[in-house]
Amino acid sequence: MTDIQYVAPSTLDEAVGAYAAAKGAARILAGGTDLLVQMRAGMVKPGLIVDIKKVAELSAIEKTPEGGFRIGAAVSGAVLEEHPTFGKVWPGVLEGLNLIGSTQVQGRASAGGNLCNGSPAADSIPGLVAAGAIATVQGPNGRRNIPVEQVPTGPGKTSLAPGEILVSFTLPPRPAHSSDAYLRMIPRTEMDIAVVGCAVSLTMDGDTCTAARVSLGAVAPTVLLVEDAAKALVLTKLDDASLDKAAAACSAACNPIDDKRGTIAYRTKVAGVLLKRTTAIAAERAKGG
Amino acid sequence: MSEISNKWIGTSTIRPDGADKVTGKAAYAADTNMPGMIWGKVLRSPHPHAIIRSIDTSKAEALPGVKAVVTAKDIVDFSVHTPVPLGIQDMRWMCRNVMAREKALFHGHPVAAVAATSGAIAEEACKLIEVDYEVLPWAIEIDDAIADDAPILHDFIEFEGKPSNIAGTLEHTLGDIDAGFDEADVIVERSFDTKPVHQGYIEPHACLVNVTPDDKMTVWSSSQGQFMVRAMTAFLTGIPQSDIRAIPAEIGGGFGGKTIIYLEPVAAMLSKKSGRPVKMVMSREEVMRATGPTSGAKSMVKIGAKKDGTIVAAQAVHYLQAGAFPGAPIRGACGCCFAPYDIPNVHSFGYDVVSNRSKVAAYRAPGSPIGAYAVESVLDEVAEEIGIDPLELRLKNAAKQGTKAAHGPVYPVMGYAETVKAALAHEHYKAPLGKFQGRGVASGYWFNAGGESSAQVNITEDGNVVVTTGHPDIGGSRASIANITAELLGIDYRRVSVLIGDTATIGYSNLTGGSRVLFASAMVVTQSTEQVIERLRGLAAKIWGIEAEAVTWSDGAARPAGENAGKFEPLTLKELAARSNETGGPIGAGVQLNTAGAEGGFATHVCDVEVDVDLGIVRVIRYTSFQDVGKAVHPAYVEGQMQGGAVQGIGWALNEEYIYNKDGKVDNPGFLDYRMPVCSDVPMLDNVIIEVPNPKHPQGVRGVGEVPLVPPLAAIRNAVYNALGIRFYSLPMSPPKVLEKLDATKMAAE
Repeated sequence: MTDIQYVAPSTLDEAVGAYAAAKGAARILAGGTDLLVQMRAGMVKPGLIVDIKKVAELSAIEKTPEGGFRIGAAVSGAVLEEHPTFGKVWPGVLEGLNLIGSTQVQGRASAGGNLCNGSPAADSIPGLVAAGAIATVQGPNGRRNIPVEQVPTGPGKTSLAPGEILVSFTLPPRPAHSSDAYLRMIPRTEMDIAVVGCAVSLTMDGDTCTAARVSLGAVAPTVLLVEDAAKALVLTKLDDASLDKAAAACSAACNPIDDKRGTIAYRTKVAGVLLKRTTAIAAERAKGG
Repeated sequence: MSEISNKWIGTSTIRPDGADKVTGKAAYAADTNMPGMIWGKVLRSPHPHAIIRSIDTSKAEALPGVKAVVTAKDIVDFSVHTPVPLGIQDMRWMCRNVMAREKALFHGHPVAAVAATSGAIAEEACKLIEVDYEVLPWAIEIDDAIADDAPILHDFIEFEGKPSNIAGTLEHTLGDIDAGFDEADVIVERSFDTKPVHQGYIEPHACLVNVTPDDKMTVWSSSQGQFMVRAMTAFLTGIPQSDIRAIPAEIGGGFGGKTIIYLEPVAAMLSKKSGRPVKMVMSREEVMRATGPTSGAKSMVKIGAKKDGTIVAAQAVHYLQAGAFPGAPIRGACGCCFAPYDIPNVHSFGYDVVSNRSKVAAYRAPGSPIGAYAVESVLDEVAEEIGIDPLELRLKNAAKQGTKAAHGPVYPVMGYAETVKAALAHEHYKAPLGKFQGRGVASGYWFNAGGESSAQVNITEDGNVVVTTGHPDIGGSRASIANITAELLGIDYRRVSVLIGDTATIGYSNLTGGSRVLFASAMVVTQSTEQVIERLRGLAAKIWGIEAEAVTWSDGAARPAGENAGKFEPLTLKELAARSNETGGPIGAGVQLNTAGAEGGFATHVCDVEVDVDLGIVRVIRYTSFQDVGKAVHPAYVEGQMQGGAVQGIGWALNEEYIYNKDGKVDNPGFLDYRMPVCSDVPMLDNVIIEVPNPKHPQGVRGVGEVPLVPPLAAIRNAVYNALGIRFYSLPMSPPKVLEKLDATKMAAE
């Protein structure tokens, strides 16, 4: 029957100080859509909760000097949805984040929390990986930047060092005729968890794909960046042969488990199916932009 | 009933519980609190099958804040050798289900319970209870439970002379089955399996129980029957029914799953031992692990027909899971599966199989969807082999008035054929289908029930009406009773307030189940209201100084009739109520009956699906239910029942299943991974209400609540065949299973 301490600092330094000082007994609270559920289920019993929503930088959406976006780690999906231009530039990132949970959950849940929760099935992460997003983290030893795909290291595990807090995501500037998309396979139509997730980010020059990044969720212990699938798409007209090759690369990259949500065979096959469907949506959007 | 204008019966009046529910004011079981209340938590077995050698509760009792601990020793024991039936339950099994006695029989089986000053302390104390288990091998699935070397759950249960997990059988026979098959031109024989599915009520089981030092008990809980709660709690605590007052809370869904109790006797003993009111609320995980789903099953069905479509013989064998204790709904599977048809030679056989799962509970037409899934699937194949439309096959063989059913009755007036004719004539049945889309049909039957009900109809001093009945309202009974009472009295329905009494304030009323409540309570309310009207006519006669026979009642007023017609101004209900003090006192009447004449209900469903052939996802894109409801007293509620059954069937057919891990534990005890449909999974579900009035009921009512869950499983399965040309024999038709079969079919074709 230990008491839970709660702090809501207004500066990042205070947040990092409190979080690091608790030496693993603390948990970060952004939207709380994972943490509070886990506490209720008795899975975690933090001695200290550090609420990061009062830190301005973590709740901000900014344009970078280079023309990209910086998204605070605690920004909720609903807030990001209301941004005037983000969803036009990164529709795939936004749709991945806002497939999570219900309308009520989307008002709280953040991409930062989704990343730090470490689920291989996290719906917002493939989109960020495909986008080439960089995660900024700050800890007792200062600030560092790492590609998003290097943050998760296994189910429920991340590469963040003790005391480090995720600060923001930086998305690069976008060339003309670029876009992205995210699709997931779920047995239901909503309120479900991805059996397979696939994000594709593309730049098109007419009918030719000039740049691509592909990411898969829920098919391995972490969200994957699938470089072979991207290679199969680049400098092609996204013809059937190229799509077959990229789909095969996705299936080959899968290292899933048989569990209550899907079989190995099913996930491996579906990864390729989703690659084709997601690529078609992203290409359509890119040509339109 | 000719004087009835039907101004209110048949209209979808505003539901009396609506405002409370949409504003969050409705009080459910967990919303009741008392001064000094403490919290109860249950320690559950971590093993699917284990002998309980000993339980040491001393450390838990010593924890500060703990007020009481109970184990099976505190619950009344019933010998396993002497049946003590109560409705569909048996106290031999109930006493062991609420608290494991000799053995823990499933993962999650209650072993002990603690009451403490906070839920956290109670949970902490549960961890301090030391249980010495001798872990035994277990059997989860039917095949494992009926294997020759199966671990035996109950050594006192024998089948064919030796210990067995087959706890009972049921057989219905009509005609000569072998002679029947000899006559057949076409015979189709297939095997099927279905998974157990949970009722999925949103409100978990919860109760607050207070036992006073002189052993007077009050129970607030959410159930489908406050009298059932009282009776079972009396049995399991030894406190007489007259000392127990069971107060029904508003119910957050039941679907049959709340016709049984889990917490009330445990909370009662914790309260008795601690001297404090004790509240217990299950988590969703506890609901999924330890409360009753309906059975998983294996079925073998064989049907023989002549070339012209006449069915000459039908045979079924159903194995149904009972969970840890006997009591699978084999009666529903065996009795209902051929009930829509006039078949001369029928043999239907059921096995009640125990295994190391939570004990099954009733779920909407218990057993019938399982039997109908197999039979209606085979009928689809028979129709194809003969080359006859599947609805025409059903119509050709439809049971009708005078048909002798295999499960016993000779049918009275009934509307099965009308449902098939309506489906055949409906635009849906002829609508074009696109690529990977398919259409399926199926029919279904449910017995429906009558039984005991009580009602009290009182006229208030200001001339309005309060009706009290004894049934928790899970499907619109309050609104429907208001319509009927308003109709009979000839007043606006808003002047009728319908309440649900507790066990101390209304006479015995059997539980809300068997699609019985409106059928039975409308009977006692009608008789009570007629007595009130007779009284009102008498009062008017007294005021006018004429004979009561010379007074009629219409449009809410007493009127002089016959030779007195027009001699006096009518006296309204309000005027008569205002003068009741001078004419004889309070106006009210109560009637208690064991009702009979509830006739069976039939439905036919038409379903369209579309299959995503690359992902294996089946989506229902159009759905129309045709049902004989007798008389729709409140059509919106009737449609709600029809839609609710269809959507639960969609979940059962496509995604819902319990997934057990290698340790014999449920791996998906929550709504994220136990995939019931969400709103966006289903199209608007269309309904065609067919009214063939039940002549044995004053309003013509038949039960409507259960039969809507009977046809969907086969209707969807047959639609998937129509879309893909692939027959499925196993539920759920979940994406991995569908994709696997699609790929296998493609490979075979290449």
